[in-house]
Amino acid sequence: MDTITGVMLAGGFMAVLGGGLAWMLAAANKRLYVYEDPRIDQVAELLPQSNCGACGTAGCRNFAENLVAGKLQPSGCTVNMPDMNTYIAGFLGVELGAADKRVARLACAGGRHVACLRAHYDGLETCRAAATVAGGGKACAWGCLGLGDCESVCDFDAIAMNSFGLPVVDAAKCTACGDCVEVCPKDLFSLQSITHKLWVACKNRADGDTAERQCEVACTACGRCVADSAEGVVKLDHELAVIDYGLNGLAARKAIERCPTGAVVWFEDDHAEKGRAAKKIVRIAPLPVASEV
Amino acid sequence: MTIFPFLRRKTFARGVHPAGNKGTAGMPIRRMPFAPRMILPLAQHIGKPAVPTVSAGQEVVRGQLIARADGFMSVPLHAPVDGVVEALELRPSARGPWAESIVIRTYEASTQAVRWGEPRDMDALSPEEIIRAVQETGMVGLGGAAFPSHVKLTVPKDRAIHTLVVNGCECEPYLTCDHRMMMEMTDAMLTGIRYAMRAVGAAHAVIGIEDNKLDAVAAIRAKLPADGSIAVVAVETKYPQGAEKMLIKSALGLEVLAGGLPSHIGVVVNNVGTLAMLGRLLPAGQGLTERVVTVTGPGIERPGDYWVPIGTPMRHVLEWAGAKDVTEREIILGGPMMGQAVASLDVPVTKGVSGILVFDRRDIVAESNRKVYPCIKCGECVNACPMGLNPSMLGMLAASREYDSMAATYHLGDCFECGCCTYICPSHIPLVQQFRVAKGILREKAA
Repeated sequence: MDTITGVMLAGGFMAVLGGGLAWMLAAANKRLYVYEDPRIDQVAELLPQSNCGACGTAGCRNFAENLVAGKLQPSGCTVNMPDMNTYIAGFLGVELGAADKRVARLACAGGRHVACLRAHYDGLETCRAAATVAGGGKACAWGCLGLGDCESVCDFDAIAMNSFGLPVVDAAKCTACGDCVEVCPKDLFSLQSITHKLWVACKNRADGDTAERQCEVACTACGRCVADSAEGVVKLDHELAVIDYGLNGLAARKAIERCPTGAVVWFEDDHAEKGRAAKKIVRIAPLPVASEV
Repeated sequence: MTIFPFLRRKTFARGVHPAGNKGTAGMPIRRMPFAPRMILPLAQHIGKPAVPTVSAGQEVVRGQLIARADGFMSVPLHAPVDGVVEALELRPSARGPWAESIVIRTYEASTQAVRWGEPRDMDALSPEEIIRAVQETGMVGLGGAAFPSHVKLTVPKDRAIHTLVVNGCECEPYLTCDHRMMMEMTDAMLTGIRYAMRAVGAAHAVIGIEDNKLDAVAAIRAKLPADGSIAVVAVETKYPQGAEKMLIKSALGLEVLAGGLPSHIGVVVNNVGTLAMLGRLLPAGQGLTERVVTVTGPGIERPGDYWVPIGTPMRHVLEWAGAKDVTEREIILGGPMMGQAVASLDVPVTKGVSGILVFDRRDIVAESNRKVYPCIKCGECVNACPMGLNPSMLGMLAASREYDSMAATYHLGDCFECGCCTYICPSHIPLVQQFRVAKGILREKAA
């Protein structure tokens, strides 16, 4: 075989091989083609890309897919600016949807100045670590440990610890992503619609006397809020007032007025208001460790 | 394969040598009077909580069943006193959260004799029946883990057990309850060992005892059966010699693979106290109503080992043993290395409490020693970890919350929280606490 034939054979073989593979790729491109709405990428770019999960989907792109498919409404994204959501609604030609703004709320009001300690905790400075050592030093086994796991986990700077060691949620910044709900070892955070104005800022299930010894602002299950609200709105469950938000429409400010400790509060403009009967707390100094509570 | 077996000291690699402080070892076990109120949490063991079979107002007799086991991973509860059930309600527990408990008011002057029981002929029982009988006693591992004993004695069908290792190391400083039980309940312990050997189908049993308890070794050797099926070995006094994987290595020279169980290599480990109690309870058909607890520490006036009825409030135990007036005390349930600090005196003694240690806080940790310094990469923790892990690296990963790589790359799952790393760390880094938190988070993620 001379050189020319060899080169031509090799070249021809490569050409046939290349052509065949190219044809397969072309066929695969046609047959396996998946149509994707170009609007998904466009909408995804209009979203905040924080992937916080507050909308209930796996992330911003997943939310965009749901928007384009018409399964969700743009207002479901609570992180985005309202203008941007309106723009997305206009772009897709869909309804903006009613924004049910939700915020993280803490079911505890027992700061250092009102809630007793039963022991001094000395160890790793995180709530989770403290909770593994006899539940932390707080007398109330349900109360906030105040070491700020929620503050450090919040991606939106919406939680700040106040001078009494309680986290304060900035409702304007809160996107209801639920990270604080997950991190709190005492399960004190929950995501609540801002229309839920009546709120029990306590989870203490000890009997009334014990609860009050442990914390001055604990729910003592006296039942006044139950008597002062419409049937079924507030119930007593194991020494604690519990609100049925299915009947939120019937909840009224009157329920908090006679609460003696101020554990039941009414949220007005993102501010928790106590009733008139609630004892006034003027102390700002922390309470000492009391081993007999 | 050891070349010079006579030169080899029975031990494992690494570990630490904390001061023993076993001053109560020479004192006989004493009884403790009943507290006026007994608190019995339904979940005193690992697994599902027991289900109450009594109601408020009902009278109970010492030894009577008051809560039944809920499935296989659960054990029943028995009344520790003659009395009346006051309430079934939430009560503080040592772990922190309030737990559903049975509260019994003790009848005054009630006897400590247990009259409730159905004696059974143990020789007639098959291994399965022995295991069922063990569950009926409500027995859990009395060494501290409170793992149901009948589950531990249940060996998967595909694994054959050749040796029962009996753990009499008691490597935790201060604790002497197992030591005293070996001395005072030698016969019951040997009986319990024979039941356990039959339950798991083991032909041999080896009792491993640290060589600081040679009196116990001698006492048991004097009573060993002539057929040679039970042997006693003295192992080196070193912490954590009483961890089951360490003891298997020391006593038998076998190693359990990472992530494996002793039964994978044909071994089952049980605590001496557990087997001694089984040896006493099984033939009598009684339930676990009391246990031996070491009450000691610088803050106790009359330290010693006590028979404490399960459910006795801590306050009562401390009053009886004489708690000194100390400025700021620290109370630890269990041993000082792995025990749990308690925050309230209202928590009861449960089945898993092997010791109650009371310290004046200033005695144990000086103020200057509480400050945490950065890791200086000295490697002391690596030299101390009995599992051969790298606690320093794990600690740094925990600080940056990289829990997944702690488990996947650095074998966090093999850490059994013995605390050697924290004990030895010159920078006072709370390593084992970080690992506990990390393991908790990983467990939550997996669930």
